[in-house]
Amino acid sequence: MRFVPGSKWVVAALFFVALAIPLLTDNSYYLNMLIMVFIWSIAVSGMNIIAGYAGQLSLAHAGFFGIGAYTLGLLMVKAQMSFLVSLAVSVVLTGMVGAVVGMISLRLKGHYFAIFSLCMGVILSLVIEKWESLTEGVRGLLGIPVPKIGSVEFSTLTSQYYLILFFFVLAMFVNRQIIHSLVGRTFISIRNSEELAESLGIHAMKSKMLAFVYSTVLAGLAGALYAGYLRFLGPEIASIEHAFEMLLYLLVGGIGTLWGPVVGTALVMTLMQWLQSWQDYRMIIFGPILVLIVMFLPHGIMGAFAQLKKNQPSVLPDTTDDKNRGIERGVNDRRLAGGESDA
Amino acid sequence: MLKLIDVTVKYGSSTALHSVNLEVNQGELVVLLGANGAGKSTIFRTISGLLKPVSGQVAFMGQSIGGWSPDRIVKAGIVQCPEGRNLFPEMSVLKNLTLGAYIHRKDKAGIARSLQNIYELFPVLYEKKEQPAGSLSGGQQQMVAIARALMARPKLLLLDEPSVGLAPLIVEQMFKTIEKINRDGTSVLLAEQNAFAALQIARRGYVIENGHLVLEGARETLCDNEEVRRAYIGA
Ligand SMILES: Nc1ncnc2c1ncn2[C@@H]1O[C@H](COP(=O)(O)OP(=O)(O)O)[C@@H](O)[C@H]1O
Ligand SMILES: [Mg+2]
Repeated sequence: MRFVPGSKWVVAALFFVALAIPLLTDNSYYLNMLIMVFIWSIAVSGMNIIAGYAGQLSLAHAGFFGIGAYTLGLLMVKAQMSFLVSLAVSVVLTGMVGAVVGMISLRLKGHYFAIFSLCMGVILSLVIEKWESLTEGVRGLLGIPVPKIGSVEFSTLTSQYYLILFFFVLAMFVNRQIIHSLVGRTFISIRNSEELAESLGIHAMKSKMLAFVYSTVLAGLAGALYAGYLRFLGPEIASIEHAFEMLLYLLVGGIGTLWGPVVGTALVMTLMQWLQSWQDYRMIIFGPILVLIVMFLPHGIMGAFAQLKKNQPSVLPDTTDDKNRGIERGVNDRRLAGGESDA
Repeated sequence: MLKLIDVTVKYGSSTALHSVNLEVNQGELVVLLGANGAGKSTIFRTISGLLKPVSGQVAFMGQSIGGWSPDRIVKAGIVQCPEGRNLFPEMSVLKNLTLGAYIHRKDKAGIARSLQNIYELFPVLYEKKEQPAGSLSGGQQQMVAIARALMARPKLLLLDEPSVGLAPLIVEQMFKTIEKINRDGTSVLLAEQNAFAALQIARRGYVIENGHLVLEGARETLCDNEEVRRAYIGA
């Protein structure tokens, strides 16, 4: 868990830059882009908690994003509830559905869990698409009112930017606290070896449930913010393609690192924008890139960063009189992701 | 204290333990000898609740713990130190140790006291406490693994082949420490292939072959046994 020297300052500096951006530009293209990066980063950071830290690769998270989005949209459109209450209910409801899905799917391990979660994601997106009487189906849910908190209306792009930045910072802060806490370490211990974690007295199922529910809460929050921002919804936001996009962001940025989700989301979304005119052929480019990253940068960009720092002589671990370490590394390296590197 | 009665365990359809009867009394240091694949780790995983016996009874301090979950068994006082120095390699030594005290996580003062004891037992771990556990030498990693198990303050400590892959001199020190842990009041069940080292500290032991306990007795009985000498001591 070495904090890269100076990285606190980098984070602080970036935070102030993020605060200042709307003052420097009112270019709606950039602001919209940043808002989308914040929203998807929140969702991807949720995926990171369950997949990167607890080691359980969930592909259901686009579904939970959809639940959050539609709950907020429906409550505001059909029940005329206020934005904040709708937001709170969306997050809680997503977490509750997450608890049910987790209870069923977390009994499975490894690839079986990943495949099952993929099926759950498909089911969730089908429910959203086919339950037309509630969600309007493929017609889409239109006319979500402008979010209002008290007398403050978030009608301008700039005000939306600050609203979503607030939740993004909040989510990242909570993530950081969790990752550095004993709870975060129990997640990592399960990723390393569930059996070992259990022999230390950790209730693996409870810990996995906690990680899963929290990760769905983040996906739901991101979805709800998305709905309040775009103010119309189509069922495709819950589609499985989005789950794979999220996984792409996560792998590129660095799975199992605190900032990987943000870096990956920002980078890949920007690239996708540039390649917009290529439409579906984009994936021909991203496919091979993904393969290369998984092969050569298993911990993504942030993992590679941390590795660089680690390899500086001053922090080189003491490996003298050590003959057996190579073998044991292999044994212990059953995890999906990079170390505890979270710089 | 611990009693296994006619315990049978299967992996799928293959039987790994056949009606095993085994006992550890309060304060004892008992060795479980057996070759690779004999079933030592299977016995440990069964006692820890990671495997459920298909038949038979596991009793600990007068309670049947057969169907209990692993965390409940740890809380009851049985802690396993798994084979192969299974650490969290990228976490610091100190973080490995505090994870060992997971069941006492609310008792900060107790954890501090346990750490104090651990550092007295393994002074080198104090020096290395901020280093990633994976960067330590083999012997030191084994110390971390044992220390992490001790952090749960076990009544009965299960040590699965702590000597594997260590130089003879390190093994000797390791076993002296295990003897001290036992003298300080923790009962120990020690699985070993290294009968020579193990029988220097254990008073009593069992021999397991292909999932059957084939021999049990005091140190002298085991040392004098022709087969034990041939198979495990190499004399
Ligand atoms: N997870 C498993 N699945 C199936 N068979 C196993 C498993 N673990 C161990 N075995 C088998 O059970 C037997 C006992 O193994 P084990 O208890 O690990 O022996 P030991 O610890 O004495 O080396 C061996 O034949 C081994 O192949
Ligand atoms: Mg074994």
